[in-house]
Amino acid sequence: MEFQDLQIMAEQERSRRKAIRIHCCTSSGCQASGALELFHQLQAAVEAAGQNERVDIVGVGCMGFCGQGPMVSVEADGVLFEHVRPEQAPEIIASLDGGPCNVKQGDHAHPFFSRQLHIVRRNGGVIDPERIEEYIAVGGYQALYHVLHEMSPAEVIDAITRSGLRGRGGAGYPTGLKWATVAKSPGERKFVICNGDEGDPGAFMDRSILESDPHLILEGMSIAAYAVGADQGYLYVRGEYPLAIARLQKAIAQARKHDLLGSQIFDTSFNFRVDIRVGAGAFVCGEETALIASIEGRRGQPRPRPPYPAEHGLWGYPTLINNVETFGNIAPIITNGADWYAGIGTERSKGTKVFALTGKVRNTGLIEVPMGMTIREIVEELGGGTPDGTPVKGVQTGGPSGGCIPEALFDTPVDYESLAEVGSIMGSGGMVVMDATTNMVEIARFYMEFCMDESCGKCIPCRTGTVQMYRLLSKISAGQATAADLATLEQLCHLLRETSLCGLGQSAPNPVQSTLRYFREEYERLLRKRVRINLTSR
Amino acid sequence: MAARTLTINGTLISARSNETVLEAAREAGISIPTLCHLDGLSEVGACRLCLVEIAGSAKLQPACHTTVTEGMEVQTDTPRLKAHRRAIVELLFAERNHICAVCVASGHCELQQLAVEVGMSHVRYEYLSPDCSVDISHARFGIDHNRCVLCTRCVRACDEVEGVHTWDIAGRGTNARVITDLNVPWGEATSCTSCGKCLLACPTGAIFSRGSTVAELERDASRIATIVAARNERW
Repeated sequence: MEFQDLQIMAEQERSRRKAIRIHCCTSSGCQASGALELFHQLQAAVEAAGQNERVDIVGVGCMGFCGQGPMVSVEADGVLFEHVRPEQAPEIIASLDGGPCNVKQGDHAHPFFSRQLHIVRRNGGVIDPERIEEYIAVGGYQALYHVLHEMSPAEVIDAITRSGLRGRGGAGYPTGLKWATVAKSPGERKFVICNGDEGDPGAFMDRSILESDPHLILEGMSIAAYAVGADQGYLYVRGEYPLAIARLQKAIAQARKHDLLGSQIFDTSFNFRVDIRVGAGAFVCGEETALIASIEGRRGQPRPRPPYPAEHGLWGYPTLINNVETFGNIAPIITNGADWYAGIGTERSKGTKVFALTGKVRNTGLIEVPMGMTIREIVEELGGGTPDGTPVKGVQTGGPSGGCIPEALFDTPVDYESLAEVGSIMGSGGMVVMDATTNMVEIARFYMEFCMDESCGKCIPCRTGTVQMYRLLSKISAGQATAADLATLEQLCHLLRETSLCGLGQSAPNPVQSTLRYFREEYERLLRKRVRINLTSR
Repeated sequence: MAARTLTINGTLISARSNETVLEAAREAGISIPTLCHLDGLSEVGACRLCLVEIAGSAKLQPACHTTVTEGMEVQTDTPRLKAHRRAIVELLFAERNHICAVCVASGHCELQQLAVEVGMSHVRYEYLSPDCSVDISHARFGIDHNRCVLCTRCVRACDEVEGVHTWDIAGRGTNARVITDLNVPWGEATSCTSCGKCLLACPTGAIFSRGSTVAELERDASRIATIVAARNERW
């Protein structure tokens, strides 16, 4: 394939488009509320109205406003329908010609949409993720062509470094530095791995990206492979994401068919193959060394680092592991330039971050906002506060590795350093909103139960410490604990943080420590009071 | 092989460049508690007892998995490390049903010795008292899961020294158990060669020979290292 071929494909795709394109979200979230039936009903309604020549019904990826699904949008006039029921399909088709329509309409000017900045999610809800032609029509794979023909691997790494992109898996390691390390590590061969083992409760960013724009991730991985000198990639996706896996399989087959994956891509000497590896339901496999063990066919358990995978990874070879969202940023950075990307966000956290906004919040869904936006803006403006208007108590970011941030600190900007300062982490992007009725001890207990269940059992502090902490939290919650129990709990927090083998154990105390830091009185209120017997008054 | 000079607890010592902090310390007569480490087997860094403080690193590092570097400053016995070690040993005692009085390994048990070494006087944590089984389906050996500490020394000895891999781990977290073959009774595990290396490697009374009675089980775990060394030197 040549650059011209890409342009021809894009042109053909654009010219075959009909006058009106109606987008129907077919991602997991909307599918769960009946989007597939709606999609078929819309097609039937077009047929019945004899509008086949004029109207195209396109199944698209996630539009973001998952709480309002199923969602339908009309491309030309920008009308957005929410909570669409299958039987309303004819009404929507009729409304194209000015017919009456009582389907609930959304508002693009709503802060939930207007305050977002789409880089990774720019094709979500716009293209059909199951057709490579649609991705190419919006400029897809041009960044890869540009990289292979006009940039050296060192230049690619330099561009990523200058962009300031940091790992979106949670820890925020500078992506350019990681790429440079892998590129410089000696090895007969190298690997690129995309970590799609998203497992935090309440987080669904990566699932949505994979379902909505699989080629974006493949393109990002290809560019990374060229930069570090890899010829084989693995997409590790958790087994609980069947739709994402199916769409990725389709995308890989299409890319191979068009020689965008495989040998001599774009008539260069660059070869790159991608295979999918499906996780079997272990949260710890999101930890990079456990993930590598899992791909190798071994038990998914972490090992001590160093050596880091960049030097000694898959089968001992230098391996680049990045998160889905990180790879999603690569093609846009190449297309628009490192300086463009570096101009977005804060001093040390560049670009945007996708969050899954859930919990006690009016507008539930996926948002992509520039780094540096405050939590208050996200929760109150985009999220619209709590559904019943009660005051927000706090948000939990970073899942079981993160912490709770109280309402008083909502003016904290969302960036890696600021979130760490208030005792939480950026994490992969889960953001759970809590209102006044939320019991913070129960929240800590919930996350501890999760960590206990998901501990692999390799290192002693995490394996047995999480059980003890869970039991202590249950005891506190039941009103049977004493101040000594609370002290033991805090000692265990310290022990797990300092001695656990991997990030799961080291960060397992975060939800407990952050709730203790900001909501200590909720714990103390539940402690059993010591009964004082006054012997002298007799 | 180049030599390195480092400081452990303020004492200057020398070490070979490919040695771990643990090897260097032991050679210099400095004791660091371990449980999952066994000479002759690969390192997994799982028990976290050998964690040491290294100047310039905020994180504690496992001595068994950290290679010496020139000028490295290591502390192996600070109050912080001692507190962590004691807590870890207590957590182990609370996890399964370790009852020394009726154990074949009492007096020859590494876990028991560790408790003495770290100064454990009592267990702060709730005993989990799990319901564990005892498998005596094998003609010569038995495994009592009540006493297992999941150090995986049996797994590694079987895999790396005997080359069989009869043992492995099933389940996760505190529900993890060592298993034979695909979780069949040991006596039915057809891959087992009955070599007894797992018995040698086991630090507690979890794996025992069926002939020994209470407090009678004496083993020499260093024989694993001898076998490995003999092979490497083509004895």
